[in-house]
Amino acid sequence: MTTAPLLEARNLSVVRGGAEVLSIPDFTVAGNEVLSLIGPNGAGKSTLLLALARLLPLSAGEIRCRGESVMANRHLVPYRRRLAMVFQEPLLFDATVYDNVASGLKIRGLGRDELRRRVGEALELLQMTHLAERSARKLSGGEAQRTSLARAFAIRPELIFLDEPFSALDPPTRRTLTDDLERVLKATGTAAILATHDQMDALRLSDRMAVMHRGKILQSGPPVEVFNRPGTELVASLVGMENVLAGTVLDSREGLLTLALGEHRIAVPGRGAPGETVRFCIRPEHITLTSFDPAGGTSARNVLPATITAIAPMGIYQKLQIDCGFPLIVFLTQQSLGELHLAPQRTTFASFKATAVHLLRSGPDCHSTPKDD
Amino acid sequence: MDLIAEGIAKALALLTSFDPEVLGITLLSLKVSGTATLLSLLVGITSGTLLALAEFPGKRLLMSLVNTGMGLPPVVVGLFVTIFLWRNGPLGFLGILYTPTAMILAQGIIATPIVTGITLASVQNLPANLKLQILALGATRPQLVWILIKEARLPLLAGVMAGFGGVISEVGASIMVGGNIKGYSRVLTTATVMETSRGNFDVAIALSLILLLLCFVINYLLTRIQQRERPR
Repeated sequence: MTTAPLLEARNLSVVRGGAEVLSIPDFTVAGNEVLSLIGPNGAGKSTLLLALARLLPLSAGEIRCRGESVMANRHLVPYRRRLAMVFQEPLLFDATVYDNVASGLKIRGLGRDELRRRVGEALELLQMTHLAERSARKLSGGEAQRTSLARAFAIRPELIFLDEPFSALDPPTRRTLTDDLERVLKATGTAAILATHDQMDALRLSDRMAVMHRGKILQSGPPVEVFNRPGTELVASLVGMENVLAGTVLDSREGLLTLALGEHRIAVPGRGAPGETVRFCIRPEHITLTSFDPAGGTSARNVLPATITAIAPMGIYQKLQIDCGFPLIVFLTQQSLGELHLAPQRTTFASFKATAVHLLRSGPDCHSTPKDD
Repeated sequence: MDLIAEGIAKALALLTSFDPEVLGITLLSLKVSGTATLLSLLVGITSGTLLALAEFPGKRLLMSLVNTGMGLPPVVVGLFVTIFLWRNGPLGFLGILYTPTAMILAQGIIATPIVTGITLASVQNLPANLKLQILALGATRPQLVWILIKEARLPLLAGVMAGFGGVISEVGASIMVGGNIKGYSRVLTTATVMETSRGNFDVAIALSLILLLLCFVINYLLTRIQQRERPR
């Protein structure tokens, strides 16, 4: 067997109305990989997904699936039958949930028994067996999108394309569905490309993240790396200012994790197995700086000595870059900055509560919001 | 007013006595217009869906032509079908002028643009991404067309009703290509025209009532189907 990547694209170009709306010189997805595309509206995320699924005429370029070209017309249907696609709208058929989930399998001409088994599996996977006989018209938005996911997973795709699948849903529903999507992707080991403008989703779900802008991929890599080491100002502005870090679990007790991050120990609410690597983020406005070690004098559990590397104004805040062995970004008001006499190269202490840390993982802990003092 | 009252009384008598001539006329009407509608569905739904899906230069022009065709005057169709089927016309060798077959042909030509136009509008009304979703599910071209038709089935029923309504009530083309031959090519509309011109208002009223009843029953059935499936 070859070791060719699951999906490979070279020199993709889509020209619409005389303008190049997509230009991707080189793009690869490995089997089992979850890749997220982030970027503002109009960045070309959907266009890239449609182009990769061969649902859009290409102006130039080549796409290979496991080393074999899928460019000729006779390749289109066999190629698309290895994929699945979930759009922002559920796009369900006017039929029952069962028939919707069965639709991809019916198109493939599956026999009755096999079809029933596979639909049953998919419904169970998405925990919606009880809705099987419900008309698609009578579903809530979340149920409809869940049906769309079940329809996609029922065909056991090698690669699933997800185009902003949850962005039309209300936040609680979106959270539940994201949890379920993460679970199903893991359970089935399906490779996925997820277009999203929700950075938390990208962080939680993906192994790799690509930042898109005006039809181009500006940077791609592990999410933590892209967030912490944006290659350009543009990428930095597109991924926001979150501090995204990775650490190793040392200890887990009473709902509190101790993580090793370089030489530092950080306390984070959550559960995990020792040795496990977890990602987490800290909002810049939840970090406080003091010019002395506040040990004992603060309710914050995490105190790290740091050096200030840069200060720049940013709206009502001052944006500080500090180095505690790893880079952190801190937002301070102009007033606090003046009171603390902070300046570049000065030593300081960064402190933040355990609850200020968002663990980027499924489960109830990852969405905890720190309370302001 | 007596004229109408007597007419209705006579009509009811004709209706309840199952007059064999009236029955024959009614059945031929149903057969001719039913067959013509079926043919127009076959051609119209397929071409309407394909037209909605295809992208080619001149598509807008063709769409305008189809929409114009929805109001095609039956007498114009009758004229051209007559010319084509005339003994030394291009299709004269078929020898079907003044037969029910010619009437089916003419009525089919009248109904096809109606069905095509309504199909076109129905399929274009489906969500834009639905086509992509169906292709992403692995559908071949024929599967795509079939699934889209199924998805547009409710508005398509309106096309069936409009097509059937257009031809069952049509008289110009039927007289021109069918000839209104007694017991052979006489249908409800052509018979009504003839009886009215002869002053036999009672018979004309009876035939009109049957025509209305027929239209109502067919449309009632189609509406039932359409509303049963309608979103609530």
